[in-house]
Amino acid sequence: MAEFAVELRDVSKRFPGPSGEIVNAVREVTLQIKDGEFFSMLGPSGCGKTTSLRMIAGFELPTSGEVYIHGKPMGQTPPYQRPVNTVFQNYALFPHMTIGENVGFGLEMKGVPKAQRTARVQQALAMVRLPGYEARRSRQMSGGQQQRVALARALVNHPEVLLLDEPLGALDFKLRKEMQLELKRLQREVGITFVYVTHDQEEALTMSDRIAVMSGGRVLQVGPAFEIYERPNCRFVADFIGESNFLDATVQDVQGPTATVTLTGGLTVYANTDLSLTRGQAVTVAVRPEKVGLRPYEGAQNAFPGRVEEIVYIGTDTHYSVMLNGDQRLRVREQNEDPYSRPLANPGDAVTVYFDQAAARVLTE
Amino acid sequence: MKTDALRRWLRIWGTREAYQGLLLVAPTLLWMTALLIIPLLLTVVISFGGRDANGDVVYGFSLANYLRLLDPLYVGILWRSVVLAFQTTVLVILVAFPIAYFVARAPAGRRNAYLFLILVPLWTNFVIRIYAWIMILRTQGVLNGVLGWAAGLIGLPFQPLDLYPSPGAVLVGMLYEFLPFMILPIFTSLEKIDESLFEAAADLGANAVRTFLRVTLPLALPGMVAGTILVFVPVMGSFIVSDILGGRNVVLVGNLIQRQFLDARDPAFGSAASIILMAMTLVVTIIYTRRFGFGEEIVRA
Repeated sequence: MAEFAVELRDVSKRFPGPSGEIVNAVREVTLQIKDGEFFSMLGPSGCGKTTSLRMIAGFELPTSGEVYIHGKPMGQTPPYQRPVNTVFQNYALFPHMTIGENVGFGLEMKGVPKAQRTARVQQALAMVRLPGYEARRSRQMSGGQQQRVALARALVNHPEVLLLDEPLGALDFKLRKEMQLELKRLQREVGITFVYVTHDQEEALTMSDRIAVMSGGRVLQVGPAFEIYERPNCRFVADFIGESNFLDATVQDVQGPTATVTLTGGLTVYANTDLSLTRGQAVTVAVRPEKVGLRPYEGAQNAFPGRVEEIVYIGTDTHYSVMLNGDQRLRVREQNEDPYSRPLANPGDAVTVYFDQAAARVLTE
Repeated sequence: MKTDALRRWLRIWGTREAYQGLLLVAPTLLWMTALLIIPLLLTVVISFGGRDANGDVVYGFSLANYLRLLDPLYVGILWRSVVLAFQTTVLVILVAFPIAYFVARAPAGRRNAYLFLILVPLWTNFVIRIYAWIMILRTQGVLNGVLGWAAGLIGLPFQPLDLYPSPGAVLVGMLYEFLPFMILPIFTSLEKIDESLFEAAADLGANAVRTFLRVTLPLALPGMVAGTILVFVPVMGSFIVSDILGGRNVVLVGNLIQRQFLDARDPAFGSAASIILMAMTLVVTIIYTRRFGFGEEIVRA
């Protein structure tokens, strides 16, 4: 029972909207978050990830369904009695208290004696690399430092689960990168289950053991970063995580994992599938741009002639927009390995695009 | 700080910038000089003088007026004024806080409506509003009427309460009069508190009471400090409320000053009392702000 740190069973949350309509923020979400895991809920704004997190924290109560923490149903348990702590998006440090008082607040509420408190606060601040900052005030600190204080304030209580609500959203790019690694290090160090909410796919891919991709209040796919990226189970996931070409097609034949499909323009594509497909079924073929090349190579199952419409140089790579014979557009991403970054083709050039059967994935949703 | 300002001033002396600055402050400067600084200096000068048989001011230099204030009668009046100002301030804070809290936590759309309702009474003349309290508090008034009716319903004997005129009536009048001046600054402080701070407190194990004591109250302190100054200072000098609701029994320093100028025709003594009132208010305010600041330290965060 208690093998999961957090479990959501059929959890739904409905709000009355601003004009009286009912908003289904979260719809029948079932999730199992393992003990000691770095788990991310990823999705665009309004997908229900923050509401789900707030239901774990107890700031919101589910309309139906139940939240379990280490096997215990939370029911109406108020936030101050739940064995979790939260790192808020805007840090939510108490402006009238020193950093030391902020970090020690949770321990003080639990009735930990002062001497012990001081030692633990000191330890927690050292852990987030802010040793000796006890006497400062939050307004004297940078955003990154405040973020670390917020982390220390939560972790010092040794929560069973740490909830993080887009904690890096307000930081600039460089600092965010730094903090991502820092968070991952901290999580390994303390071994506490982290539930992390973000709309930034790269952040989720970098840090998480597993990711739940959410949209429209539902969980679409749960899995490790590799699985989510390489084997998306629907068009939304393939599109939201990274970039994908979507080609409309009809199933011709299925032989084990190999599906033969015909694109609407008439080209025949070999693609991988783990779905049970029927001949004549309308499907979508998803192909990642970086898995398509303009350079011929041995053993490419798919090779199609086309014409370059547009090229975009983005530093490390160049993007080529290729119109295939038969009216389907394909984005191709080639690394600029050439020392002078000379493009492989120019707009208007006739080219052939190559990709593996394994690079193409059949999706039905 | 001061030398910085002086240095800056010297640097721009005679430049266009200086003239522009002077032009901008000129109206205020004239106003303050004509209507505040000169009258204040006149009051100081007159307070050292005396009066002739007609009640006109005789200029001179004597401390007689100030020494006269040491008479137990006047010391009592001064003391009563300070005590009443303290009582009013404390009472106003106690009543204003829940109202301010309610308004601050109301849905954003309704807040303005509530603030409007709080300010509406100020549209009616101050004296009329205080007279209205006589209708409520007097022996045959609204309050006794309601109480008598209620007592009659449950069959209890009822003796009308002797509420007006009395020091208690003055306190009620003061409370009523100065309530908005405390509600507004406390509301401003409370409204500024980020909702997530309450959630953070709950998240860290604080129940509603502890969240209130450790987060809400300290963060509302700047508003209470500002409100205290806005209430304490005018109460110290007020004379209308005590005049109307206190009868002749409740004499405050404000009444004393008013009577010296109008009834007793002794402006010199009235001026001395005014100067002492100002000095007392200043001392209390300085001690208070030294202790609590103006609260801006916390607000700035």
